[in-house]
Amino acid sequence: MTAASAAATGRGPSRFGFVKGFLWAVRILAVFGILWGSYFSITGGRLSFDQWKDLMVFGVAQGSVYALIALGYTMVYGVLGFINFAHGEVFMSGAMIGFFAANYLNQTGLWASQPFLSLFIVLLVCMTASTLVAVGVERVAYRPLRNAPRLIPLITSIGASFFLQYAFRGLFGAGVKSYPAVRALDGAWNVLGFRVIKTQGIVILAAVGMMVLLYLLVERTKTGRAMRAVAEDQEIARLMGVDVDRTIVTVFAVGGAMAGVAGLLWGLVFQQVFFFTGFLPGIKAFTSAVLGGIGNIVGAMVGGLVLGAVESIGPSLVLAGLGVPAAHQLKDVVAFLALVLVLVFRPTGIMGERLAEERA
Amino acid sequence: METGADRGGDGRRPILELRDVDTHYGPIQILKDVTIEIYPGEIVCLLGGNASGKTTTLKTILGYVEPSHGAVFLDGEEISGLPTQERVRRGISMVPENRRLFKRMTVRENLEMGAYLRDDREGIEEDMERVFELFPRVKDRLNQRAGTLSGGEQQMVAVGRALMARPKVLLMDEPSMGLAPVLVAQNFEIIEQIHEQGTTVFVVEQNANMALSIADRGYVLQTGQIVLADTASALLENPEMKKAYLGELE
Repeated sequence: MTAASAAATGRGPSRFGFVKGFLWAVRILAVFGILWGSYFSITGGRLSFDQWKDLMVFGVAQGSVYALIALGYTMVYGVLGFINFAHGEVFMSGAMIGFFAANYLNQTGLWASQPFLSLFIVLLVCMTASTLVAVGVERVAYRPLRNAPRLIPLITSIGASFFLQYAFRGLFGAGVKSYPAVRALDGAWNVLGFRVIKTQGIVILAAVGMMVLLYLLVERTKTGRAMRAVAEDQEIARLMGVDVDRTIVTVFAVGGAMAGVAGLLWGLVFQQVFFFTGFLPGIKAFTSAVLGGIGNIVGAMVGGLVLGAVESIGPSLVLAGLGVPAAHQLKDVVAFLALVLVLVFRPTGIMGERLAEERA
Repeated sequence: METGADRGGDGRRPILELRDVDTHYGPIQILKDVTIEIYPGEIVCLLGGNASGKTTTLKTILGYVEPSHGAVFLDGEEISGLPTQERVRRGISMVPENRRLFKRMTVRENLEMGAYLRDDREGIEEDMERVFELFPRVKDRLNQRAGTLSGGEQQMVAVGRALMARPKVLLMDEPSMGLAPVLVAQNFEIIEQIHEQGTTVFVVEQNANMALSIADRGYVLQTGQIVLADTASALLENPEMKKAYLGELE
């Protein structure tokens, strides 16, 4: 990274000046556009205050799912230094296999009579499925390439991604599968003046719980210390007696388990999955990881929440105010615009400071 | 070659031994018939210039590379062929060149990483106290990130981390590399100190004067071959040594 930026700045004053000027223009335009749009949206009074609050809650729920998936991207990047593009499919595998479990429990009647027990069972199924897929991909597609340049596993990850998508399509068909609704989660809670739909509340609680567990695992346990050691310096970690390969498998397993939880939560909120379900959430979660500062675990959590909130509120707040028609359909546009803006304003991501200073 | 003849004669068994080791990187041979013996309680140094094979010798001991011929023994048992972590478990640890601390971890976590393969909580606490006795400054910095320490302090943590494994042999890779002269001297004092506490030390070093001033014996490595092996005092007096490594003109 240092070498690249040094090369970029060392190319002579004229190009440097142009790029810098262009970036400043983008920055000023962006700030102006956001302020302008927000001002008109708010003063225009198209949405009531309660509707804004609903959008915010939905954004947080969606964002916490992104955050869970983003953890897998960021942890693998931290340890191996490449983006595991098959991670979206790891998430999809959990959601799909979870669907079959949920469907089965629904047919036996347990889903209706014991909703929370059923959810717990399905959760375990999702986590197991995703973990197995993640570990399997590592074994087949990445471990043989441990000493290859970083670009190579990146390419196989794309291959693994397609393989998984079409394997699921081949096995289970291209149709959309609908998760059974959880009647016990109908309705809403009132939390500090926010109306929180129960499903979304459960999603937020589960995601936050998993993230706390993960944080404790990484920061407080010997296994976590080994992961951080491998992330920082593989050779020295090995010198301390760490089994590097096993630690890497653990990272994939933990990332997979998180994606599995995200799979079930996705099923609860959107109630439908199909073989392509992993693509967009995967890219969004990757975006979250970059937003937060890739390689940084807390960054992935923060990045996910920010992205969820931005794409939920952003269209109505900024785009509608600027007079864009049907702004609420443009949440993906807003999400990726946010990515571009963060990269322009703060290339290391929100929490990426440490990374940047250490690589320097 | 009379490697360790003065010591080997009394029938003691070397704690670490490389026996007739050849090491290749692909088709290129780096080490040629290297034999090194280190006896319990000694400080032995391995001297040599750039590209003489010093680092490869350490890598062969640790199992980052395997010898194509010959074997490595620890306390009489062959360890070549074993994975690195197994060799560490059996009692080899190293202070790497340029310290290589886990900079994002705290000093305490770095020391705990040194004891990664151990489960005896009390023993680990004991050894941590021992490290604090050796380096009182480390205790004051325990909860600081290792990356924020000064070079000298980092060196102390690196040595402490290696000691936390309770090694039978401590390997030191270029302890004088990249340090200010004051720190180099301090470093060699540290080595003497831990040696006095009973740790066997194998120092790999370019700075021959410094290394020989504390070592019992020394080996000189040149393009992958041991060309000299003698007691430290004899090497300091050796005319060839003076010319080639000790920087003295005739």
